[in-house]
Amino acid sequence: MSTLTRTEASQASSARNKKRLTAFLFVVPLLIFILLSFVAPIASMLWRSVHHPTVATLIPLTLSELQRWDGKTVPDQQTLNVFAQELHSLAKVRESGKLAEEINRASAGMSSVVKSTARKISRLDSQQLAQQGGEILLKSHRKWSRPDIWFAIQRAGKPYTYDYYLTALDLELDQEHGIQVREDTQIYLQLYSKTLSMALVITIFCALLGYPLAYYLARLPENRANLLLVLVLLPFWTSLLVRTTAWIALLQTNGVINSFLLGIGVISQPFEMLYTSFATVVAMTHILLPFMILPLYSVMRGIDPSYLRAALSLGARPIPAFARIYFPMTLPGLSAGALLVFIISVGYYITPALVGGTDGQMISNIIAFHMQRSNNWELAAALGSLLLALILLLYWLYDRFVGASNIKLG
Amino acid sequence: MARTLTTRFSTFALAAALGTASFAASAEETLTVVSWGGAYGAAQQKHVIDPFQKDTGNKVLFEDYTGGVAEIKAQVESGNIQWDVVDFEVIDLERACSEGLLETIPHDILPAGIDGVPADKDFIPEALASECAVGNIVWSVVFAYNEKTIGDTKAASISDFFDTSKIPGKRALRKRPQVNMEWALLADGVAPGDVYEMLSTPEGQARAFAKLDTIKQDIVWFDSWSQAPQLLNDGGAVLVQSANGRFYDAIRQEKKPFVIVWDGHVYDLDAWAIVKGSEKKDLALKFIAYATGSKPLAGMPDVAYGPTRKSSMPLADQSAAPHLPTAHLDKGMQAGSDFWADYGESLGEKFNEWLLK
Repeated sequence: MSTLTRTEASQASSARNKKRLTAFLFVVPLLIFILLSFVAPIASMLWRSVHHPTVATLIPLTLSELQRWDGKTVPDQQTLNVFAQELHSLAKVRESGKLAEEINRASAGMSSVVKSTARKISRLDSQQLAQQGGEILLKSHRKWSRPDIWFAIQRAGKPYTYDYYLTALDLELDQEHGIQVREDTQIYLQLYSKTLSMALVITIFCALLGYPLAYYLARLPENRANLLLVLVLLPFWTSLLVRTTAWIALLQTNGVINSFLLGIGVISQPFEMLYTSFATVVAMTHILLPFMILPLYSVMRGIDPSYLRAALSLGARPIPAFARIYFPMTLPGLSAGALLVFIISVGYYITPALVGGTDGQMISNIIAFHMQRSNNWELAAALGSLLLALILLLYWLYDRFVGASNIKLG
Repeated sequence: MARTLTTRFSTFALAAALGTASFAASAEETLTVVSWGGAYGAAQQKHVIDPFQKDTGNKVLFEDYTGGVAEIKAQVESGNIQWDVVDFEVIDLERACSEGLLETIPHDILPAGIDGVPADKDFIPEALASECAVGNIVWSVVFAYNEKTIGDTKAASISDFFDTSKIPGKRALRKRPQVNMEWALLADGVAPGDVYEMLSTPEGQARAFAKLDTIKQDIVWFDSWSQAPQLLNDGGAVLVQSANGRFYDAIRQEKKPFVIVWDGHVYDLDAWAIVKGSEKKDLALKFIAYATGSKPLAGMPDVAYGPTRKSSMPLADQSAAPHLPTAHLDKGMQAGSDFWADYGESLGEKFNEWLLK
């Protein structure tokens, strides 16, 4: 056999490159879609949680004046004069509210102080403020003479910050003591641990319920299994809200379950089931069950039944044969299902909000609060990024001990 | 199996994307007005949107939202303005306005009342307090009971709401600090005029939480006003908090045996505002001037919300008059939008912390 000539080789490689390019072009739309709808939002979220230039762009001169400040007393007259002038020009373009909100985050109650001061000095002219701005400022509200307010303004003026991560971990930066546990409120760590434990419980329930069902389905003849599989998929395709509302109808005080139990005389007082973490676990287990069943089923379908028969005919007893032969082969499906259910339930929002009451409150609900109500997108981004980091960490641990290559979706 | 599901998901996402695109295209020729939906939205459709389209020949796309400033902030920040006119709760308005998310509205565009009284005399003063919006209704957060489930002792005051020995059973509250903190202090004997001053101190906040603690085990929390009448109807709670219009609608339309307790109600205004950077600002101003006219506002008592123009009341359905918040102002207090702009976030966090205890 003769070897390829140079031209033949280059022809072959250019043909191969052409094929690769065509294949790549086919993927391009999907790639763009993923970049725009998935990578970009996550990147901007991560970016927003550390980069926050609002205050730096609103009052740049004051911030550079504050560099001279010793941090112990009220800043000097010149700094205050500059601040008064900047507040004056912000009020003219109706942007003082932004500054008010930023300072308010550091010290609740400052929003109205900034706004009322801005209203007051917007009527004065800036020449006068350059001379007596500081006095007017200190006279307009006693809070302007508190050093901790100026410390907060200085902190908020840094365009790159890790303060939101501190808050998300229930920590704060104190002027004297450095980083310490937040004094007034501590909720986020509690919410993280609660979210994780709820997700774990839901995953375990899904596995306990889904495994036998998938096993049963996998052993049925194909046509009957497909028929029954529709019963799994039908609720999967039903609107999430419909399924959640159905659970409200079932679980409420005078709902189907309580009426039935009262009717047959088992209980004399209705159970309180709705608006508890019990309700959240039940409803979410139901909603996420298909994510467990489908990968399990497809893996179990692929297992040759003769393995188990061989084990039995070689003298293994049914339970050890199942545990040592069959179960390990289903692990890829089980881990895929468990990972899906766990990760989805960590970020779940609608169902806990509707059936959970206070018991079922999860981290996603507080992220929504900061997005929609308190308007603190930076903190919401920090909380979301931590959640993402947490999930990646768990995935890494999982990969370390179980092996990610083991996962099989079907 | 997994592969077919993935296909399904991406088809769905594509359909959703196309849907948004076509929505954006149609929004170019029409004014997009956003409000709260439900019975209130239906009343606005009938008395404001439809007549405006008929009288001026402009098209209006009337949409629902659930309040808050998040969507508007997102639209203004990205420069992709999809909403033109928004019906705001005044409690959110203050923040949106001072953050520069809204256009200013010159008050001289507002026509005189149908009886000839100039606008600045015709409107109640609170309706024109903001430079960014014009108030259109007065509504109120109240609580109500169901004749069928309350038992022999009826609730009459806000202290009864916190008195589980007098009226045993569950209480339903919206899961947020707003109004609940006010109610706790009112029931604890604080005068309405002192509530916000007290709530801005740590002691006052602790006092409010301590009062809420006394009924914590008996509270059912809900997330949206629309859940409230349902809770009262199916016996999920004995005393239920909601917007007065939601109860009124259930009483009038569905003939439910609900009784509204007005003691300690916290009233607030809703107002029309224009999103900053709206391309149809002139049309939006025209719409607001029209929508806050005597006649369109006279339709709001249909859902038990008080019109902000005095000249509207004679034109309104008189049977609703005793159910309007404006008929009970002496028993209630106004929601403090300045206070909640200051303490909304910190009390929100404290409230969540208290919930988890």
